[in-house]
Amino acid sequence: MDFSPHSRSRTQAIVASVLLLAWLVIAAFPFFWTVWGSFKVEADFFSRESWGNALLGTSTVRQTGSAFTLDGYRGAWIEREFWRSVINTAIVTVSVTTISLIFGTLGGYALSRSGYRYTFWILIAALVFRAMPHITLVSGYLLPFFEMNIWGVLPTAIIVLVAINQPFTLWMLHSFFLSIPKDLDESAMVDGCTRFQAFRLAIMPVMWPGVITTGLFSFLLAYNDFAVTSMLLNQDNQTMVPKINSFLGTVQTEGTIMYAVAAVVSATVPLFMLVMFFQRQIVSGLTAGAVKG
Amino acid sequence: MTHRSFFAFILPSLVAMFLFIVLPVGSVIVQSFYVEHDRVLVTVENCGPFGCQQEIRVDTAATQELKREQPLGKFNGFGTYLNRAHLAVDEVAEIVRSSGGLGEMIARIYNLPFYKALSFTLAYTFVVTPLAMLLGFGVALAVNTLPRIAKGPVIFLSLLPYIVTPLIGSLILFWMINPNGVLGATLQLIFDDPDLSLKASPTLTWITLFVYGVWHMAPFPFVVFYAGLQTLPKDTLESAMIDGANRWERIRFVVVPHLVPLATFVGLVLMMDNFRVFEPIVGFSAEANATSLSWAIYNDLNGQVDKLFGSAAATSVLTVIGVVILLIPVLIRTWRDFNRKR
Repeated sequence: MDFSPHSRSRTQAIVASVLLLAWLVIAAFPFFWTVWGSFKVEADFFSRESWGNALLGTSTVRQTGSAFTLDGYRGAWIEREFWRSVINTAIVTVSVTTISLIFGTLGGYALSRSGYRYTFWILIAALVFRAMPHITLVSGYLLPFFEMNIWGVLPTAIIVLVAINQPFTLWMLHSFFLSIPKDLDESAMVDGCTRFQAFRLAIMPVMWPGVITTGLFSFLLAYNDFAVTSMLLNQDNQTMVPKINSFLGTVQTEGTIMYAVAAVVSATVPLFMLVMFFQRQIVSGLTAGAVKG
Repeated sequence: MTHRSFFAFILPSLVAMFLFIVLPVGSVIVQSFYVEHDRVLVTVENCGPFGCQQEIRVDTAATQELKREQPLGKFNGFGTYLNRAHLAVDEVAEIVRSSGGLGEMIARIYNLPFYKALSFTLAYTFVVTPLAMLLGFGVALAVNTLPRIAKGPVIFLSLLPYIVTPLIGSLILFWMINPNGVLGATLQLIFDDPDLSLKASPTLTWITLFVYGVWHMAPFPFVVFYAGLQTLPKDTLESAMIDGANRWERIRFVVVPHLVPLATFVGLVLMMDNFRVFEPIVGFSAEANATSLSWAIYNDLNGQVDKLFGSAAATSVLTVIGVVILLIPVLIRTWRDFNRKR
């Protein structure tokens, strides 16, 4: 907040850094702890004696002969076929992101270039849809989907997630297209382009930063979803998050809770990478709505 | 833009939203007026060596047949809305009439499932939203004083709780506060109480969920406020310093007013997201002590034997009404903005 470091008192600087350090520990420690613990046996990660066991792996050494074990991962990925869910998640997220962006860029562009009253009502409807808890919609899908016999398969979940994603995508891309000057496509139209040609030739080359940012959030929505995928997919088609939840229901026997821990870590790694590579875009996406209203 | 090209562009998006948002909402409303069929009962005479007996049995085949013919169930009007699992009109009236004091009345109403879920949902929304904003603001102020090179990694670590899947985030914390987990064991040591469990009492469960909520949500206000701090008017800040304003006065009179518009936006988004609180209740297995509206719908739909479509639909409609009430101030503001822009 302060702009010249020398003008601040020393104590304030120390207090600020201590608080910041505390926040960083709170924010990040749980992840590192769980990643570390996922290579131990249950008796260490949930140690009755001391949490030091989880650090050193006392029981892990006793049970497996080494301080690190891949038992949790082996159990989750091979025995419980977590790899199937990984493939399903990949299919769902890639499809949802692609379709959302195609629909969203066209719609968002139209909303940003039209001043009629109905654009307002579409945006307002989108805002209300954005605020509705997803599970309320799911309770509307279930019975019709059972009747139509399309419950349980991936395409159903994909198209539902696309629809749920649309309000957000529309808002975000609408405000992004507003920041691209109208002159750009209008002069293309003066030169004889149709509206679609103007979009393709004048707007598309400059829209990628906004599309990538929006795409990241579409990806996150599909990846993180639990309400829709847990209710609409059958056992064979489960994506990662409902699969992890189903681990919890069935794992009672010794050791298998570590399958869930390993699966949780496996599902978190892609998110780590995402933040690492796209930090700038995520930050700009989170702030976009606030700055532009 | 002409009407024609406008609708050509927006058609796919509108069709998707109409088919999978508008129609389901309609379907929810219709469903909420229906209730599951009663089982078809038949009276059979059972004759044994000791004479004949009249016996009432469930006719499974006829029940199945009825279900297939009318999957919605039988019409129930507003019955589901008013029954014990939802607005519980009769029960509330009875409680109001028979309760001794206000405290007892509130305690008894809280025990009705819908009001229990509603109170937790509202408490979560209105506790987590301001606390997350305060924490985010504090972190933003602190990060802003860091040297440039440290900012990147600090923002990276700070974003993690927000980006991570809610169910996964709550599981990670849940395992740590398990009595055998690192935090749970440490808390037992600090309070010198070997039976201390955060699942033991409703209060502790609520606090745990609130802490999770703040942890999960704080990065969002942090990022927005941090971006806002980059656009602070330097002239105003410098003249405040020349006028002798100290650090707190500068925050109070320059920084906070500058961030207020951002804060309303952040508060709105946080409220929308917190109102649908659901995954942490599953992740923390907290349903005994805390339920939310979303969780109540999930629970109705997740029944192993019968899915209670009517009950879930009624809760859904009530939830959507709640969302619209929360949104009214924003809708009015957006309307004004739109008219100003045109």
